[in-house]
Amino acid sequence: MLARIATFAIDGVDPRQVSVEVHIRPGLPAFAIVGLADTAVRESRDRIHSAILNSKFEFPSRRITANLAPAFLRKVGPGFDAALALAVLAASGQIPRDALAAYAVFGELSLGGELRDSPGALVVAEGARRAGLTKLIVPRERAREAALVEGLEVAGVPTLRAAADVVRGARPPELPEAPSAAAPDRAAEPDLADVRGHALPMLALQIAAAGGHNLLLEGPPGTGKTMLARRLPSILPRMTRAEAIEVTRIHSVAGLHADGLIGRRPFRAPHHTISPSGLVGGGAPPKPGEATLAHRGVLFLDELSEFQRSTLDALRQPLEDGSVAIVRGQRALVFPTKFMLIAATNPCPCGFAGIDDRCNCGEADIRRHRRKLSGPLLDRMDLLVDVGRPSERELTSGPITSSDSARRRVADARERQRARLDGTTASCNGEMDARTVRRHVTLDEPAEQALARAYSVGALSARGRHRVLRVARTIADLEGHERVSHRDLLTALGLRQQPDLASAA
Amino acid sequence: MSEACDACLTWTWLLGRMAGHLDHARARIAAVLELDEEELIAALGGDLGTDLLRERDAVDPARQRDRCSQAGLQVVCRCDPAYPVRLRDLPAPPRVLHVGGGLDRFLELTARDPVAIVGSRAASSYGTGVARSLGAALGRAGMTVVSGMAHGIDSAAHVGALDALAPTIAVLPGPAERPYPASRRALHRRVVRTGAAVSELPPGTPVRRWMFPARNRIIAALAAMTVVVEAAERSGSLVTAGFAQQLGRVIGAVPGQVTRPQTAGSNALLAAGATVVRGPQDVLDAVFGTGMRAATEDDRPELTEELALLLAGLADGRGTSAALIRAGYEPDEGIAALASLELAGYLRRDGGGRYAVVP
Repeated sequence: MLARIATFAIDGVDPRQVSVEVHIRPGLPAFAIVGLADTAVRESRDRIHSAILNSKFEFPSRRITANLAPAFLRKVGPGFDAALALAVLAASGQIPRDALAAYAVFGELSLGGELRDSPGALVVAEGARRAGLTKLIVPRERAREAALVEGLEVAGVPTLRAAADVVRGARPPELPEAPSAAAPDRAAEPDLADVRGHALPMLALQIAAAGGHNLLLEGPPGTGKTMLARRLPSILPRMTRAEAIEVTRIHSVAGLHADGLIGRRPFRAPHHTISPSGLVGGGAPPKPGEATLAHRGVLFLDELSEFQRSTLDALRQPLEDGSVAIVRGQRALVFPTKFMLIAATNPCPCGFAGIDDRCNCGEADIRRHRRKLSGPLLDRMDLLVDVGRPSERELTSGPITSSDSARRRVADARERQRARLDGTTASCNGEMDARTVRRHVTLDEPAEQALARAYSVGALSARGRHRVLRVARTIADLEGHERVSHRDLLTALGLRQQPDLASAA
Repeated sequence: MSEACDACLTWTWLLGRMAGHLDHARARIAAVLELDEEELIAALGGDLGTDLLRERDAVDPARQRDRCSQAGLQVVCRCDPAYPVRLRDLPAPPRVLHVGGGLDRFLELTARDPVAIVGSRAASSYGTGVARSLGAALGRAGMTVVSGMAHGIDSAAHVGALDALAPTIAVLPGPAERPYPASRRALHRRVVRTGAAVSELPPGTPVRRWMFPARNRIIAALAAMTVVVEAAERSGSLVTAGFAQQLGRVIGAVPGQVTRPQTAGSNALLAAGATVVRGPQDVLDAVFGTGMRAATEDDRPELTEELALLLAGLADGRGTSAALIRAGYEPDEGIAALASLELAGYLRRDGGGRYAVVP
């Protein structure tokens, strides 16, 4: 007898439908799995055998052949266990075969017959909906996550027995409560209200958040660069449901998240010893890297000068395209990487340049230090701000702003950008290309003059001019100015990144 | 057009050939360069003595000239009447000068009151700022800025002059066609385009340690006055000042912070009686006599009271944000004020992205 059931393989962060076919015919007892399965899948024979027996079913003592189709797709991991077991039960007539047609099944089995927590259920649920299936069986821990996909009847079951019951219709599947839409717990999040002093860096953070500009924080050790960076997600606009689902999907596949919808924008701060494939994704099978885990959120690179050049250069494509393609063998996987980059570095090797006399670094040392930063990466940083040591008075005074009020300003500015950039490829000022800048950034007369002067005295390169205009547009959006004013432009100039002296000299 | 004579070219060939041997005699390099070919080989040739003599006899001066012109260099030897007259003050004037950027231009520039601006490679932003503005103002005043194109002060002086559209002379430790340090490729190109890069070494010679003091003697001799901007107690620029003193040239130094070891050398020069250089006018007075020539006026726009207060806070040596708070600015106002000071030419941002006051 032949039974079929649908399940899904997780390819990067995308679902691929896999059809599980089990055929039982007379012969000496044997259980073979074919169809490009890896070790974890082939080991599932033993798990399935025990799980079926321990679930008080009968394991057929005949010749069993299981096929995972399509045969060319490499199947990895234990997520096929439940589908295989149900197909065996159906093929041996212990559960009705016809009922299986509407179901997709996903999950790993234990020897005792329990369905174990398996990462990636949200991806599977999306795949099931796309494949036109109406019902999905997942481990109970993953039910809330899978239920985020609308139009799918999700059954979260604790055991193989319960799964079989659901298929039989003997007991109605316990539908998990749909998780409430993005209502993140803001109280536990770091807030700008915790920060004392740092008026200028906070301004830069808001500009960065409002325009989606990448930001470089420069300052001596211990002044609060990391503390400031950690607060950037809290002033970014709340994620839309679609964005939240994208993020949840990635974190679910990576096994970082188990329950419901992620409401908070991710903040990833990889250590500087990270490898290129750790940062942008890679390995076999390819796994998402930190850049993808920071999708729709913030990627923070502390001690930027300590990262390997090759690692930082690997960020170029993700920054440029908002996605990264990993090619392994004949296949290319695409991981999304739309994140805001914020980096921190010491101004010189000892870290105290410009602060006090402790710094003995000469210009040559500073230049060498700067050269360690990847040029192409610096080119993507629209904003540079000095983070100094707050004064005693600032430390004892009140906070300058809270994340809530900053986020409202940011959201207003983003709203203005959306209206203006409608119909272009950019969704915020930081994404504007040269043509969009020419079309949409208008300056008033004094600002025009200041820009011309900055360019003519050599304070700006052509590229730098472009960056300054983008930032100035964002500042004007924050201030609610229709055209970029003189002050907006000067502020943008003050926060610009410096072209390296080595190239100027 | 000037050409180098066979004898001088042969000696110069030997200098390049024996470049690796001369490091032993680094401390007495000025005396070594006075030796003739046989003496040089006998003193430092070691076991290779007879080989070197044989090679020397086989040297074809025409081929040496070809190599120079292939490297884009023109040559002048000390037997030539056009040879820069100031260099003749040296006990051992360079036999051949290899010039990138045009010999005629170089000779004309050496006649235009050259002033040497030298100093530490590990310079502070104060030092490079002073060197840059000195280079610019003296260039504008029609003097030729001479320096060594090293990191720090030297480069800043060249850049200042070039930014003021004034030609400048770089005396290189290695051969003239080769930027040294290599990271100064772009600067080397700029210098050669309007000024000259000079060396006594034949093209292709690898750089050795003895070449730095040897180069310093050329800088000191070429210039009417040597200004040391920032130098530690053991610094190559003090060697230059020493040569300048032996030649009876005027020596000046820019006062540095007494607490910084990086300026101990230049301050020591002042203590020993060097001319105090507070700005371009002090240099002009020392070279041409007090009041004979005036530096061009500061053409920067007048500052508002507020901006002047902010600038004073910065000039005091206070950090940027501290100065902002003292002047009572909101952060965005403050950063905008800094940007307008920069546009007006009172501030510049240096390598670390931080502000330095332009004197």
